[in-house]
Amino acid sequence: MTDTTKQAPSPADVASRPRPRTASSAANVATDGPAEVAVAVEVTGAQALVLALEAVGAENIFGIPGGAILPAYDPLLDSTKLRHILVRHEQGAGHAAEGYASATGKVGVCLATSGPGATNLVTPIANAYMDSVPMVAITGQVASASIGTDAFQEADIRGITMPITKHNYLVTDAGKIAQAIAEAFHVASTGRPGPVLVDISKDALQAKTTFSWPPVFDLPGYRPVTRPHGKQIREAARLMATSSRPVLYVGGGVVRGHASDALRRLVELTQIPVVTTLMARGTVPDSNPLNLGMPGMHGTVAAVTGLQKSDLIIALGARFDDRVTGQLSSFAPDAKVIHADIDPAEISKNRAAQVPIVGDVGEVIVDLIEQITADRAAAPADSGEWDFAEWRERVAGWKQTFPLGYTTSDDGTLSPQYVIERIGALSGPEATYVAGVGQHQMWAAQFVRYERPNSWINSGGLGTMGFSVPAAMGAKVAEPERTVWAIDGDGCFQMTNQELATCVINHIPIKVAIINNSSLGMVRQWQTLFYGERYSNTDLQPTASRVPDFVKLADAYGCVGLRAETVEEVDAVIKTALEINDRPVVIDFIVHRDAMVWPMVPSGVSNDMILAARHEAPVWEREE
Amino acid sequence: MSKHTLSVLVENKPGVLTRVAALFSRRGFNIDSLAVGPTEIPEISRMTVVVEVEGSALEQVTKQLNKLIEVLKVVELDKHASVQRELLLVKVRADAVTRSQVIDTIALFKAKVVDVSTDALTIEATGDSEKLHALLDVLAPFGVRELVQSGMVAVGRGSRSITDRSLRSA
Repeated sequence: MTDTTKQAPSPADVASRPRPRTASSAANVATDGPAEVAVAVEVTGAQALVLALEAVGAENIFGIPGGAILPAYDPLLDSTKLRHILVRHEQGAGHAAEGYASATGKVGVCLATSGPGATNLVTPIANAYMDSVPMVAITGQVASASIGTDAFQEADIRGITMPITKHNYLVTDAGKIAQAIAEAFHVASTGRPGPVLVDISKDALQAKTTFSWPPVFDLPGYRPVTRPHGKQIREAARLMATSSRPVLYVGGGVVRGHASDALRRLVELTQIPVVTTLMARGTVPDSNPLNLGMPGMHGTVAAVTGLQKSDLIIALGARFDDRVTGQLSSFAPDAKVIHADIDPAEISKNRAAQVPIVGDVGEVIVDLIEQITADRAAAPADSGEWDFAEWRERVAGWKQTFPLGYTTSDDGTLSPQYVIERIGALSGPEATYVAGVGQHQMWAAQFVRYERPNSWINSGGLGTMGFSVPAAMGAKVAEPERTVWAIDGDGCFQMTNQELATCVINHIPIKVAIINNSSLGMVRQWQTLFYGERYSNTDLQPTASRVPDFVKLADAYGCVGLRAETVEEVDAVIKTALEINDRPVVIDFIVHRDAMVWPMVPSGVSNDMILAARHEAPVWEREE
Repeated sequence: MSKHTLSVLVENKPGVLTRVAALFSRRGFNIDSLAVGPTEIPEISRMTVVVEVEGSALEQVTKQLNKLIEVLKVVELDKHASVQRELLLVKVRADAVTRSQVIDTIALFKAKVVDVSTDALTIEATGDSEKLHALLDVLAPFGVRELVQSGMVAVGRGSRSITDRSLRSA
């Protein structure tokens, strides 16, 4: 499945039928996914669930069985099309589904039982909601007659997940299961992608029903706009033509919208400098001189300053997150804003847009390219439009003067940035890099060179520690031929490392690089900078004894465990890891704990206050 | 901050009220009043929500409501271009001496007595918020024993119907 936005039946088609609709209307049915039409087969609800999952094209499911979902696991055993991967914790199932979806754009699927099984999915569901990951979570629910009685393992997961799902269902009728699954996949993967939860009561799974495919959609209120408005495109092109300091502000929407190729053509055509947010790393290659890198709290000086001093921001699938804008009132004070997003609610939510464009970001970019090409052909050569040479020179100057860098430690211990830089350099742009949350995440965003979209997977919006190992597992399942690195912190790793067992048993040979500074590094950095070096509860190894010993832990799981403590050992262990493909590898990189993430814009202040390094504010050129 | 009246057409499905109400609270918007009921189309329910927000926030709340899958349409009803009504039931102290005074008073508001006992009257009144406030002000001296009020419902003036349009465009 590539861009389902374009393949799927327009929900407007589905929705525009006058009531009452007839089930026989051909335009009125779900047609995405392989259309395997089984006409009215007698089945149980559980079988209908499995058949529906097969019919929508699901291939891999991450989950754990339990009482309420048990009926579904029985027909799952017989399915030849669905691979179920038994994880060790439902949170791992959810993040694995996210990693799977993020690597490919396909819908990730996770499965859990009622009560605690379902509530353990809450974190990954919230994560998928924040980062617009297409995911379907299926949970068992207690029998419908017991709902509301505080039955064993009962939790109102539909109620719990209402604020963190794009949509959710409680199905108590076996006859509605196939429809709910079809709709869930459609909603999760079209428009702005997101998680959809389908909660199915045990009696619905057990009851007899007839299965027919494709089912009728009943989504009259769901009609995402994908076609951008021509007038807005023309207006955007006009603003771009006459601007003098434009910046393309590219967000994760370009990754989710599979619009990276189109974006590269737009950059080539316009020669406008680009910033790629944490969620958009790789959409424009880091090797492109126009790519200023990541904006935001830990962005490059060039990217942050480029936005601050721009007179036009062209936001593509980005949402002006607080980590990007810093203090909103002083963000890019001179800039007009063109804001293209498939979610109208993102436009002018944080920053007012002069040109709002609602639509699929890929279509927006293609339309912009056409418009700009036509405009430029029509404009006289001496119009002075589309000339950003001077501006490019300025941003290039910042890029050159303030490159990303780091200082090595005084005592010869490893610099975490160096480790990450070497992992990227030795593994190359075809590898996939999956991070947890914290310092190592920022360094991985900064010091790995990304050349392709979907090569960088991380938890951006929710900031979920523990994301890395299970998400890397999912990414590896999605693309077994790729090298998949989990670049993790020692804090994060200890939240979800049990999925190493899943990886070993199911032959999912991920590589885990633990950037081990024996502390909760990002929190510690804040304590250093803003809490007078009072390290309250951030030291994970107060006695300096390796608890746990990650090499032994890896060994216990059946992984290969390696360790590097000096610069000389780094390349050797990475190369060893790259040569092992029959089981997971865990490398314990012992790094110095006082390394900090720079540049940094302190929380709550203007992005003008960016520090390139501690006590090192950039000095700007005289002209300002 | 000003008050805005939103008519929200939703699918008549379980959980829709929770979705809409929860959206207001989680996005930090205050609901002044909320009323839900059926429409002329059995599959569609209509919510009338009075929300106190500024202009840009109103746009945001409308967009967020539209994102809910079961929301079919959101229309802001202008106070002057719509009829807005609340229903009030109020139990007022009234003995043989004051009963006729109360009845005279409420007649000015076209309210009516729906229950009577030796020491109280129950009065039903409809109107916009201002009228009902005024009524309560004049009833206060008699002694209000119990008060219950519906959320506001509203409909646009003229022949056009938002449910009609929602079906055509939906």
